[in-house]
Amino acid sequence: MENPRYWRLKKQRYGLVGEVCPHCNSKIFPPRDVCPECGSEARTEYAFSGKGKVYSYTVMRDAPAGYEQNAPYTVAIVALDEGPMVTAQLTDLGEEPVQIGMPVEMVTRKLREDVEKKGILVYGYKFRPVMQG
Amino acid sequence: MSDIVIAGIGQIPVGEHYTIGLREMGVRALTAALHDCDDLKPDALYIGNLLSSMISHQSNLGALFTDYGRLDGVEAYTTEAAGASGAAALHQAYMAIRSGFVDTVAVLGVEKWSDLVRSEAEAAIMQEMDYDYESIPGLTSTGQAGLIMQRYLYEHDLPSDALNGFAILAHTNGRNNPYGLFKNLISSESYARTAMLSDPFNMYDGATYADGAAALILTRRELLPENFPHPIISITGSAASSDSLSWHDRHEPMAFTAAARAVSEAARQAGTLPGQVSLFELDDSFSIYAALTLEACGLADRGKAWQMARDGEFAINGRLPIMTMGGCLARGNPIGAKGVYQVVEAVTQLRGAAGASQVPNARTALILALGGPASSAIAHVLERE
Amino acid sequence: MTENKSGSLLLHPDRSTGIIGYGAYIPRYRLPGSEVAQLWTGSPKGSPVKEKAVAGLDEDVITMSIEASRNALARAGIDPQELRAVWVGSESHPYAVKPSGTVVAEAIGASNNIQAGDWEFACKAGTEAMVAAIALVGSGMGKYALAIGMDTAQGKPGDALEYTASSGGAAFIIGPADEAVVEIEATYSYVSDTPDFWRRQEQKYPEHGQRFTGDPAYFKHIESAGRVMMEELGMKASDFTYAVFHQPNPKFPMKAGKDLGFTEEQLLPGLLVPVIGNTYAGASMIGLTAILDIAKPGDRILQVSYGSGAGSDAFYFVVTERIAERRALAPSIADYLARRTEINYATYARFRGKIDMG
Repeated sequence: MENPRYWRLKKQRYGLVGEVCPHCNSKIFPPRDVCPECGSEARTEYAFSGKGKVYSYTVMRDAPAGYEQNAPYTVAIVALDEGPMVTAQLTDLGEEPVQIGMPVEMVTRKLREDVEKKGILVYGYKFRPVMQG
Repeated sequence: MSDIVIAGIGQIPVGEHYTIGLREMGVRALTAALHDCDDLKPDALYIGNLLSSMISHQSNLGALFTDYGRLDGVEAYTTEAAGASGAAALHQAYMAIRSGFVDTVAVLGVEKWSDLVRSEAEAAIMQEMDYDYESIPGLTSTGQAGLIMQRYLYEHDLPSDALNGFAILAHTNGRNNPYGLFKNLISSESYARTAMLSDPFNMYDGATYADGAAALILTRRELLPENFPHPIISITGSAASSDSLSWHDRHEPMAFTAAARAVSEAARQAGTLPGQVSLFELDDSFSIYAALTLEACGLADRGKAWQMARDGEFAINGRLPIMTMGGCLARGNPIGAKGVYQVVEAVTQLRGAAGASQVPNARTALILALGGPASSAIAHVLERE
Repeated sequence: MTENKSGSLLLHPDRSTGIIGYGAYIPRYRLPGSEVAQLWTGSPKGSPVKEKAVAGLDEDVITMSIEASRNALARAGIDPQELRAVWVGSESHPYAVKPSGTVVAEAIGASNNIQAGDWEFACKAGTEAMVAAIALVGSGMGKYALAIGMDTAQGKPGDALEYTASSGGAAFIIGPADEAVVEIEATYSYVSDTPDFWRRQEQKYPEHGQRFTGDPAYFKHIESAGRVMMEELGMKASDFTYAVFHQPNPKFPMKAGKDLGFTEEQLLPGLLVPVIGNTYAGASMIGLTAILDIAKPGDRILQVSYGSGAGSDAFYFVVTERIAERRALAPSIADYLARRTEINYATYARFRGKIDMG
């Protein structure tokens, strides 16, 4: 049980809330309070659009403990439209083959759950193919 | 030429050591290394290890191994740099002797892996990545190598079996290593048949994690006994570099910049160039790491290392031999002990004791250990007198 | 006496309210009724629905509520910080104790100054939250309130409910009538103690009284609520453009509608159960969103929910001219229906936790 650890990060996990640098306008995710581009202090909250493209992906067939129930699942590096890249699962893939460059959008999903179903549920960002419409 | 030499080496076979625990493994390697150098007396012990606190529920390995290794009272503690932990311990030892604080140092790389079932052990090693932002989505180090390999194949428009040259070469070189895990040859056909782990990454593209312990005794050249039985191998370069913890945070994720920096600095110290050494024990924890390292260090053009591996350029009799004793891919990957095994193997080559895997006229060796995808990189250059 | 100060049984707040934004959610996976029928009857025939929507492995009432709410916020065009309530009605809240509403509120960027309790009244938990949201906004206690009806409905393997018990729902942001896409003219609720369907604490699947769920339960409450609403409004079925009822299967809402005088043309646009199944607390609400996807300004809509145990909430809505511009700001029901991956019973059993992992 690591509730404080999950609780502390809920804002960024649930909604991709990072930071924007007030000096050079770089968008920062995850928040690190210091701009990785210009080195200035950057504490202004910024909610990302959740839109991005697949930079790379892999299918996890040999899941680590805590993730076996969802195997096989796809993990991708997503290049967010605002600049930063994030590591996240892809979900709701259906029959569509994943491709590098594929546009994806953020959804909030269950990330993990303990096998005994006694602990807290951890929610956070995943990405799916952009919905048509 | 420096005055710091590797006087003793010791190792136990890499594998699943169900009958012995962390401490027995470490003590056996340490004892072998001390025996190899006619029992020099270390003033310090530096240990490379990543997972003992999670898998063996044991920290403070310094006290454990000075006690059980009969090095009573000397300073001792662990250095940790994920898969480069063993190399970090060696770098620490080198700096300690250079500083003048100590004269003789024991370096121990030790990793107990097989006490947990695989999924739990995989969950333990996830801590070498960014736990909050890479591990939480369910990614493992193996999965991350799959991501990197997928991108490599995409950028260079390569088929999924492009990297098979590394696994085939490792298994060719490893078949004569008595301390290695795998002694079987593989072919492009068997490579193509094997199971996917993290597409496009298959079983042969990643080294099998296993138990291992290896040790080195470093001392000043003038402290060697008069009738020292081995050729003298000195450390002429030792350098460490780092990069972002998260692979996704890099501007050039495929650049393996830390690997290039550590290697060029160690070579500079040794007064050589990476391409001029007799052999290069690079970090092939994953075959994609080997390809990106060779390209980062200027030893292959971008997107061409895989072709050179297929063409035999890195074979024992090739232009630049790598993974000469099988590398991680055939020897197995003892994680925090890996960096020490690499040095033991390089010393074996420089002593001319590598048997059927001997690199002819081996005089200098470059060694590189990586923690994560070159998040930590530690390089050494060794030279035979 | 239960009449309000104007002498009517209808609920109407002092300040007029409306739906500012609406959002639906249907998960991607569909289990054909023929899969269920084949397994338990040996024949693919006999399912009351074509297929039902099934939540994926990483979905639950909280995650689906988040997406429906984001859709509603996109259409409302308001700052989520202006919400004063985030209420989730469901009979499949992921926690027995710990609100769904706080997670949803945090994820959509609501402030900490809100009400966030969960609602439970079988399949009308979501409309109960809507009535409360109307009261909160209509009393002037808050400007906007979010009411959600969402379920990952449980059906015991082999039970008749397994054909229909599905996943999905809808979210509505209630606010002042002068910002609304739909004005809320009146609501009315009718409840009684009727044990037609229930789930005891600690039980995984609900029990039901089979045919007892019909006349004394579903029809009695839906038709009472609908009839009182129309009588008090002085309206008849033909005065409405559309009507949508709780839809546990295709037959019940069509029969209730016809009993109340409605035609197929009025009923079919809101009838989603044949293609998504029964989303329980979300059922009549998601049906309403399907109507809003096609409605025109001035259209009049009657919605009546039903929750076992038992009760019905009836709503009378009039569509405003804002509907056209807001509609396009989030995915429609048609978009969600088009996003479809068919699964077999084995995958369904895995997704819904019906495989005993020991």
